[in-house]
Parts: sequence; C-alpha cells; structure tokens
Amino acid sequence: MRLALLTDLHANLEALEAVLEHARRQGGAEQFAFLGDLVGYGADPGPVVDRVQAAVATGALAIKGNHDEATTRGAPQAMRSDAARVVTWTTEHLSREQLAFLGGLPLSIEQGKRLFVHASAVDPAQWIYVLSSVDAARSLRAVRARQIFSGHTHTPGLYHLAANGSVGVFKPVPGTPIKLTAFHRWLVIPGSVGQPRDGNPAACYALLDDGTDVIVFHRVPYDAERAARKIRAAGLPGDLGARLELGG
Amino acid sequence: MTAGLEPGAVIDGYTLEERIHQGSMATLWRVSSSDHPPLVMKTPLLREGDDPTAMVGFEVEQMIMPILQGPHVPLFIASGDFSAQPYIVMEYIPGESLRGRLERTPLDTEEVTRVGAQIAIALHSLHRQHVIHLDLKPSNVMFRDTGEAVLIDFGFSRHDRLPDLLAEQFRLPMGTAPYISPEQVLRIRNDPRSDIFALGAVLYHLVTGERAFGFPNSISGLRKRLYRDPVPPRARNPSCPAWLQEIILRCLEPDPRERYQSAAQVLLALRNPGQVPLTERARKLRQDGMLTVARRWMRTLGAAHADSWQSTALQIARSPVVVVALDILGSTEALLSLIRETTERVFSMHPGARLACVTVFRTSRLAVDYTVDEEGRNLRVLRLVELKDWARPLGLEDSRLTYHVLEGPDPASVLVDFVRENHVDHVVIGARGASPLRRYLGSVSARVVAESPCTVTVVKVPQAEEEDEEDEEEENEEAEAS
Repeated sequence: MRLALLTDLHANLEALEAVLEHARRQGGAEQFAFLGDLVGYGADPGPVVDRVQAAVATGALAIKGNHDEATTRGAPQAMRSDAARVVTWTTEHLSREQLAFLGGLPLSIEQGKRLFVHASAVDPAQWIYVLSSVDAARSLRAVRARQIFSGHTHTPGLYHLAANGSVGVFKPVPGTPIKLTAFHRWLVIPGSVGQPRDGNPAACYALLDDGTDVIVFHRVPYDAERAARKIRAAGLPGDLGARLELGG
Repeated sequence: MTAGLEPGAVIDGYTLEERIHQGSMATLWRVSSSDHPPLVMKTPLLREGDDPTAMVGFEVEQMIMPILQGPHVPLFIASGDFSAQPYIVMEYIPGESLRGRLERTPLDTEEVTRVGAQIAIALHSLHRQHVIHLDLKPSNVMFRDTGEAVLIDFGFSRHDRLPDLLAEQFRLPMGTAPYISPEQVLRIRNDPRSDIFALGAVLYHLVTGERAFGFPNSISGLRKRLYRDPVPPRARNPSCPAWLQEIILRCLEPDPRERYQSAAQVLLALRNPGQVPLTERARKLRQDGMLTVARRWMRTLGAAHADSWQSTALQIARSPVVVVALDILGSTEALLSLIRETTERVFSMHPGARLACVTVFRTSRLAVDYTVDEEGRNLRVLRLVELKDWARPLGLEDSRLTYHVLEGPDPASVLVDFVRENHVDHVVIGARGASPLRRYLGSVSARVVAESPCTVTVVKVPQAEEEDEEDEEEENEEAEAS
C-alpha cells in the first residue's frame, strides 16, 4: 500500500490541497499519515482540520504537533511571539468540535516496525528538534521501531543508523525512489507541507510503499501567493506570508 | 546464513543450480526459475562478529541495482530481505570477465583500445545514471556477445541521489588496491573521475601485463599513488604507441582535474588516436625525478582534493562533448562566424567541455569512390585545413579539440552516427545554407535535430543579414531532439 506522509501543514489549505491532489493522482496514494502541526501560522485552520478529520474517518493516521497542542491548551511561555499570536487567533477560528479533534490526537502511533511522531521520539511531549545526525540517532535509539517518520523541522531529511552505531544524513532528491534497507534503521522527515523552510517554496511530502519499504520524497509547487494573501487579509503577521513565497 | 546454502535449495521460487563464484563477500549462484532464462543469484557472506562491510555493501547493491538501466549493467530481477535469506537475482551474463584476459597480457594495441572504448561507454552510461562504480577492475567487467561491456558488483558504488550507506561506515579506504584512485584513498567517494583513474589502471595492466601501482596492502602503500607516478607503459612494452601512453597516464593523473573529465572524453581519445595531443606524458620513458615526486608529495600532505565534485551529474554536465558540424563550402561567412559565436557561448559555461569539429565529405552512392585517389586525399586534407582554420579564433588548447572529416553519401546519417557512437551531449549545426547542393539535399540540420539522441542547436543568421528564401523551411532556432 502506498502511504502518503504529510507533516507541518500549518493551516495552509492551498498547499494541502495541492499535495493531496499530487499524492492521489501522480503518487497513487491509498492512505495518509499526518505527522502533526495541522494548524498554526496559516489562515485556514478550520478547512485544514476538516480535511484531515475526513481522512482519519477513512483510516488515515494523524498525530499531534506542538502547534496543535498549543491551540487546544494555550501557547506555552517558550513559544515565539508571532507563533503565539497565531495560536490565539487559531483557537478563536476553530469550532469546539475541531478543537476537540486536535486535542484528542495521540503523541505518537506505533505500527509494527514503524513509529509516527511529530518531533524526536526521545520524549514526544518535549517537542525536541531532530536537526542533526546526533539528534536522529538519539531519536532512533529511544525506541524499538526500525523506521521513524517525523516532522517539526520543516526541512526534508533522511537519516540512517547502522548496527555498529554509525549514522548518516542525506538530503533527499525529489522524485528518487529510496529503499529503506533492512540492515539499517531509518528516520524520515518528509519536510513541511504548509511552510517549507529550505529555500524552496514548493510543498513537501513523501510517499512510502509499505510493502517494499521504498520511499519517494516529493515537492509540489502550489499557489503560495494566495496563501500569503490570506494570511495578510486575516491580520496575521505579514512575515508569515512572505516566508511562504520565499520558502524560508 | 549463506553457509547453509547448497545446490538444489529453493529460495523464493529460484532453484540454486551451481555455485559459479565464491568471493570474500558474496557467493554467486546460477539459478533457475519457471518463468525466466538462467539467472544469477548473489548471496552475501555473513559471518558472526564480522565487520559489516559485506552486509552494508550488499544493501548498497540492493538499493542501486533496481534503478539502473541499459545494456551495460545486468538486468535486475528481484531481491530478498535480510529478514529471511538476503539475495539479489539478476540477469546471467555468460562468458568470463576481463580478468581472464590478464593471462594473455600484454594485449595488442587494437584489443586494448577496443576493450577500453567499451568500458568507457559502460562507465559513461553509469555516470549518466548518477552512479560512480568505485570498484572498476578486470573481474568486474563482463562482455555481451554483441561486444558491449557490462559492469558488475556495485557493492562499493555511490549513487548521487541515494544515501551513501558506506560513507560513515568505515574508516579505511574502500576499493581494490591496484585500481583504487588517490581520492578514494583519502576516502572521498563522490568523484566520478575516480572511475577514470581505475580505467587507466586497467588499461595499463592490459598493455603492460603489470599493475601500475603493484598490489599494496597498507594505507601508506596506497597513499603512494598520490605522488608517485607509475613506470611509463612504453618502458615496459615498447610496442605501446605514444598516444596510448598519453591516454593511460592522463587517466592516472593523481589530481582528478588533470584527468579526462568524463568517460566519454576517454572514448573520444581512444577512438581518435591521431588526434590525441602528445605531451610530456606520451614521451617519457622513466618515472618522474625525485624532485618532482617530492614536490607532489609535499602537496599531498593533509590533502583532500578541495574541489571534489558534489555530484556525478554535475561533473558530467560540466564536461560535455560538443560537436560542431560544419559545411564550410556550403555556408556563408556570416553563418560560419555565427556558429563560432554560438560554440563559444556553449563553451564559456563549461570549462571541462571538449569540442569535436566535424565535416562530412560527401561520397556518391553510384560513382566510383574518388576519395581513395590522390585527388580525394587532397580534398580530405583541404577539409581538415578548413576546419582548423575555422576553429583557430576559438583559441581552444589542443587537448580540448579534435577534427573529423567523415565520409558518406548521406551527410545527415553520417553525422547522427558519429553523435551516437561518441555519446555526444550537444550538437551545434548551421541552418540550411544557400548552396544549390543544399537545396538538392534537403535540410541536413532538420534531420540531425530529428534523429540525434541529444540536444541540437541550429544556428541561423537573422533574416535581415542574409536574405534568402531557403531559410524559410528552417523554423527552429534551437530545438531539442531526444
């Protein structure tokens, strides 16, 4: 089965719809996994939550991200001020039902050899970034799973850990199938759907064939200008729109 | 795991028929299955407490082989996971590897050139698929009945677009001692020119019957090739022509920047011996003096090649073979100079590019072939002189230029064949000229655009400068054909 992995949607409806369309049409995706941060930053939290909720109703996986948690519980002290401001705005723009869905998402889901978690698996509730091979090795060593799929960093990345402890990092090339070989353990970060930060504004996602363990990273160009306009029209910080157009 | 395998065993529907090779890292079996001709199964040799080279190398091969294509690699059929019995099933290539021919070395120049050209073609095909072999040696080269070289064993290879599982894994250089490049000794694994070095080492062995760098078994022994040049092939085999020594020693330059920049460029040299510019490399009959070696040694201290290419694709893209097809008599001065400008433009972006200036000497299908007589020879020389005269203002050094006067009744198909055989990346050709002959022949450029397996730039003089009705048929300023 082909499983599309989407993370850090951040209430960007334009990006989400472009990715869902690409995954279904070109990728042949049959199921979806949403790795957290459905909301925050973007201007369409309601419609984005609705789409994820509809997918979950037909078997998709969804886990909680730090923005989802902040939206349901209030922004933590440590959160950046623009993010915190959006959290308050987002809470106001979601229905009670939508908030309940976000609040009820699990911190991680384990399925056989695979673990889905928003940030480092070391302690999912601490939202630790996986930014280096050392972080990746820690995340992998903290669990039994052979493969971890996570988000939070907004930059696509692929890490492998060998039995002898050596760890490698790789910057995925879009469109290239990569076999997640059995002798290694793997940590996959598909990159952000709704707010890419690697200098390329195109939305990120990855497609996993769960039978052959072959993964393909994808980039999907979408109407970022429109998403940015909506952010400005909603009275949210203009920088958040600008960074969508720049991808950074 | 592999220890228990015996002929007759069945793995996922493949019956093991015969053990055809037992290596230090893997076993090769001839296997049969109901729906395939004979196949080969490779199983890794896994020993308890062993270093994981065999296993990781096997995984690398499992990642790379399924996405390779073309006649220069064995066709991938299937693979099995480490959870049960790990294996790779691939096409069976009958016959023996190039290693068998080492017993007959030194081989004659004709055979060395032919084998070298076939390996260069195979390497170029691999490099174009983003893969560096990194363990090219005679035992990893097979041949199809049709003559094409087939490269096998991708256990040390690196794919630009896949994670390099071997990079972090090992602290020792990976490869086979006699053929490993200096940069591999320094554990640099992302330079396709490493395979050019190995090709040079293979050719050296075929020509001299001896290994260019012996068979060192220590790191310091391996490091010697960073500064010590091999005994020149001609000192070991006087029948080795100077041009072949030039090619081999150029492949074996310690600094990858001094080598041929792509396998296609080696191919071009091997196919055109008369055009290989002979340098000091071709002339020398003994190894470099101690002073030169000492100077080179100083440079290697703490050395890693700073400009090692980030990707195979980039290296190939920066080192194209460009063909400029000229019909000097049938073209106006304005067109010829515009073709030169266009060629310069292509070249200014690619410091590693090679230019082949080509013209076609048209022979008649019916008349007696007059090119063999005195007049024909003179005409050919004249064409060559014209080509050189045209290229002179480009100011390219000899090593980047070759000239070719081709012959045939149909210029377009002669050009396209040349492009295909030499794995050319880009053709620059003038739009249809004004001569009556051209009018009679139809547009050569249009056919070259349509039939060449690469990018073709058609150069056309703006209408205002060259008022002529012939150009109307030529609509493409620049067209891509593939």
